[in-house]
Amino acid sequence: MISIEHLSKSFGKNTVLRDVSLELKAANISAILGPNGSGKTTLIKSILGMVIPDQGTISVQGQPIRGKHKYRDQIDYLSQIARFPENLKVRELLRMIQDLRTRKAYPDALIARFELEPFMETRLGHLSGGTRQKVNLVQAFMYDSPIIILDEPTSGLDPVATLRLKELILKEREKGKLILITSHIMSFVEEMAEDIVFLLDGHIHFEGSCDELKEKYHASQLETAIARMMMRTENNPHHEQNIQI
Amino acid sequence: MNKIFKYSFFDLIRSRWTLVYLAFYLLLTFALLTLTPDTSKVVISLMNIILLLVPLIASMFSVIYSYNSREFVELLLAQPIPRRQIFLGQYLGVASSLALSYLLGIGIPFLVFGILGSAQLGHFLTLLLVGLLLSFIFSALAFLIALKHDNKLKGFGLTILVWLFFAVIYDGLFLVAMMWFRDYPLDNFALGASLLNPIDLSRMLILLKLDIAALLGYTGAVFQQFFGSSMGILLSVGCLLLWIGVPVWRIYRISGRRDF
Repeated sequence: MISIEHLSKSFGKNTVLRDVSLELKAANISAILGPNGSGKTTLIKSILGMVIPDQGTISVQGQPIRGKHKYRDQIDYLSQIARFPENLKVRELLRMIQDLRTRKAYPDALIARFELEPFMETRLGHLSGGTRQKVNLVQAFMYDSPIIILDEPTSGLDPVATLRLKELILKEREKGKLILITSHIMSFVEEMAEDIVFLLDGHIHFEGSCDELKEKYHASQLETAIARMMMRTENNPHHEQNIQI
Repeated sequence: MNKIFKYSFFDLIRSRWTLVYLAFYLLLTFALLTLTPDTSKVVISLMNIILLLVPLIASMFSVIYSYNSREFVELLLAQPIPRRQIFLGQYLGVASSLALSYLLGIGIPFLVFGILGSAQLGHFLTLLLVGLLLSFIFSALAFLIALKHDNKLKGFGLTILVWLFFAVIYDGLFLVAMMWFRDYPLDNFALGASLLNPIDLSRMLILLKLDIAALLGYTGAVFQQFFGSSMGILLSVGCLLLWIGVPVWRIYRISGRRDF
């Protein structure tokens, strides 16, 4: 579905991704993890064409994406920070985004799922952070696209909304979609993700299933496994960077 | 691009600040027209205000809008539309909503005071045109600055500096140059120097139209002498359009290749 080959990217002197190669397949929930500044967001943005790689190629559904824009119709994206034009109403925003895409949208069930009906005529500037994130989720999930990319999907959500989101992700997974998640909430990742890609200093440090990772580091929980993996790298003189998750 | 333009435009014409901007022009123009019966005096008074205010408001409004919509632009970038369309659409949306406020704020009072049948119609239309062009020019410059600089403070600072430079510093430098080199023939230099500043160009356009260019300074006299009024007006408008075209072209280029 998405194949990344030898991807490198620097911002000035700061190298963010070094020779990253990755194959992501359909009917799978993958999590991209890593400490702050490890290149997670840059990797996602490269897939979406927001960041233009220095080297390497990315193909979506077999087509190289460089300089193209139509392929984004295959991808639903939830951005990390939900900020919208303040004077638009929720209904107008959703209509606007639908207007920009050719794919048919199904917002109604999602509006009900996240209980947004009372806010449909409210201006986006007047919404709380959590409600804005729900609007963000609706706009991200309302198409039936084969690829869904979620950058910190749980931020600002209350437990009820988080539960609804988890159900929604699993439902979409059942349809055979590829779902790519980044999150700092390890329990969320452990519950949702089948595969883990762990980035460190712009390299892929671990790639495999959640269970493989736990087994490799003799941990019963994902959080422990990741902490152990990071502590080992910390002791390794090749990685002297301050790591925190 | 049409869709992005449409939504930025509708987002902005409902913003409180656009309405304040409109109300300000309405009040100012009504007040001036009530105080003076002589329309060409009103045009000159308005010109002096507009030449400073339109560029200032257009650049500040655009730079603020541009930085505030950063995260939203990220959402738009993830949609299946070419990225250049997003930025050009936003620019046109902001500049058009500013231009509309200006058009209505100046236009309505003049219409109420019966400009249509008056001999001063040409002057009034020139004033309108200049304000519209300046809105588009300074909005484009501000968008360009915001696109080039991720650092908000730097972007704001540069935008104010650009305005200050064209509105105030440029004329000062111009005069100093005139003083220093007064023993040399300066006609062509003065001409060239005026073409490089959109605010000076706009002033020139109005003064040439009012046919009092020679009264208001050396450059005006030179302009009129060299080009005759109609040629001078054509040249000024052409240069003002270039002042829109070049920054827009830069926005187009940069938005195609930068990272977000």
